[in-house]
Amino acid sequence: VSAGRTSVPRFAHGSRVPGWDDAVDLTKEPAVVPDPATTPVPAELRAEIEAAMAKYPDRRSAVIPALHAAQAVHGWCSPEAIDQVATVMQVTPAYLNSVATFYDMLETHPRPPHNDVYVCTNISCSLLGADELMDAMVAAAAGDETVHVRSFECLGACDIAPMASVNGEYVGPLTTEDCEQIVADLNAGRTVLPDKQLRYRLCVDPGVAAGAREFGVPTDADPADTAGLTSADQSADRPGTSAPLQTQPEKPETDA
Amino acid sequence: MKKILFDNIDEPGLNTLEVYQRRGGYRALRKALSMSPEDVLKQLMDSNIRGRGGAGFPMGRKVSFLPHGDMQKYLVCNADESEPGTFKDREIIQKSPHMLIEGLVIGAYAGQISEAFIYIRGEYQLQADILEAAIAEAARAGYIGENILGSGFDLSLVLHRGAGAYICGEETGLLDSLEGKRGNPRLKPPFPAIEGLYDGPTLINNVETLSTVPYIISMGGEQYAQIGTEGSTGTKLVSVSGDVLRPGNYEIELGIPSRELIYGLAGGPPNGREVKFWFPGGSSSPVLTKDELDVPYDFDSMAKAGTMLGSGAIIVADETRSVLDTAIKLAKFYAHESCGKCVPCREGTNWTHKMLMRIKSGEATPMDLDIMASIQTQIIGNCLCVLGDAMAMPIGSMIEKFRPELEAEIEVARARADAAAIEDVVALGVADEHAGPIPVH
Repeated sequence: VSAGRTSVPRFAHGSRVPGWDDAVDLTKEPAVVPDPATTPVPAELRAEIEAAMAKYPDRRSAVIPALHAAQAVHGWCSPEAIDQVATVMQVTPAYLNSVATFYDMLETHPRPPHNDVYVCTNISCSLLGADELMDAMVAAAAGDETVHVRSFECLGACDIAPMASVNGEYVGPLTTEDCEQIVADLNAGRTVLPDKQLRYRLCVDPGVAAGAREFGVPTDADPADTAGLTSADQSADRPGTSAPLQTQPEKPETDA
Repeated sequence: MKKILFDNIDEPGLNTLEVYQRRGGYRALRKALSMSPEDVLKQLMDSNIRGRGGAGFPMGRKVSFLPHGDMQKYLVCNADESEPGTFKDREIIQKSPHMLIEGLVIGAYAGQISEAFIYIRGEYQLQADILEAAIAEAARAGYIGENILGSGFDLSLVLHRGAGAYICGEETGLLDSLEGKRGNPRLKPPFPAIEGLYDGPTLINNVETLSTVPYIISMGGEQYAQIGTEGSTGTKLVSVSGDVLRPGNYEIELGIPSRELIYGLAGGPPNGREVKFWFPGGSSSPVLTKDELDVPYDFDSMAKAGTMLGSGAIIVADETRSVLDTAIKLAKFYAHESCGKCVPCREGTNWTHKMLMRIKSGEATPMDLDIMASIQTQIIGNCLCVLGDAMAMPIGSMIEKFRPELEAEIEVARARADAAAIEDVVALGVADEHAGPIPVH
């Protein structure tokens, strides 16, 4: 068999399972590791990839963070994006393609920079109307190239089912009427459905809600731990703080 | 019941070091570092805590499998919570990330591990940002890094974000993904404890398991083992979702009746409807019916009932729901998420989905149920990992427990399809033999 020149017949009647990788173009020469001299890489992207590589014992562990970074710049894992990552990481484009095609969040089809709306259509959400929500969301975003709607595996937020992840922000429970609002909010650059964001949701466990009444009563902490620290109120303004900062615990729906 | 993991969980700012410390945080770490690693391991063994990720393997024994010596060992925290119905780790990471970090450092100390990774699923962006900030805070305070609290123990910790793949929650798939590859599971043995990340001995634990470790150290392993049942010690976070009034995470003592969880805490199905079937441990667990609501919620009782506690995620479907529709959702999900490495899983999940769609389109016969059931038995145990099993077990249980309903669905769909075909023939004015089969969607 002559090396890599055989054309492989493929059936047109759907025997290939949808969702699997696209057929490889066997007539093309495999790409080698790109030459840094002829492949310009944006300085910020290069810095981000290099920082990611430095975190791991093996630089190849940084492939997913690097592809995420490149996708943020290019909108999708385009051949150009792949080449730039390959240049910085000194791996072949084929290796990066093999990884990019495996993961749902890495986009391997042409797409301009866009907003991502992942609608969860797994069991819990679909029991509560996710399929209708998905249809409504697709209809609401129809013709709008900047909003990319897709159904997604369980996003791990069945407590707010049916839900969606809008550019990473979890919102729910959603109704079909919310879909127009999501698209409008995205186009206007507003915060999407602030009332329905998961980040503000309190724990439903009635035992926790009972404990919530004790907020603000410090326990007998080790003096060394608390020395020089400020009050909880000030800590609320610090970066990375969690959800229920502004919202007060609501009356728990106790079952007792 | 006194909450352990969820104690103060909604306190504003608990995700910051300051509030966490004010609540007594990182004192268990000080205590652990004043003990010998062997003593810490003994506490974990005594607690008999079983892994909260799905398999339920005792954590202490997992740590004890790590080889001793100076080789590079790794700890990987599995935060790739993707099991449908599961969202407990999300709440821990978002609201109390330092609890996880503290447990992780103690766990690493017990196994004398110097490099740790947290693999978080890419979709959890808010949670990953919060965790990243918490790791930076902990590092500044000297809880991570070199010579932690003057003990001479070193640990580096890196947060790694995934990119959307269910299979990366499987421990060896996760390791491949963390090494920068496609997340294909590996052949076992060698088990990760011997040869895992970068070929080094690797301890892999779930978020909830590690988050419990500080409390085990604080109260002592034997004391912790008093909570729950003999085979399933401690408390468990249970994610309840689907047809219930109050979906969410509940912390329960292992061994309480499942009915109390579904009806007492989560309020049961709305409008007084009855439970039809429920998944006790994520979508991968065989379903139980309304007659099995009194099974105690613990690892051993669930195994005895022919199912599993899994990740501790209950999905409830009420009497108005169709078993077929749920089975289709399930099969489609696993067919999409199969990595494609092992044939029984890759083909079995795909064909199961197609056969279920045949029922829907009216092309199936009752014999198809037998064929489908036989596919499930051919998947189980024949693959490198349990993704295929995770579809085969619930689908098999649905065929077993709801066979009359599925047979009725077949008949109804066939009648519908026949009627539609006759209508088409009449409308087109063509002879019967040209009607052809109904296309599969």
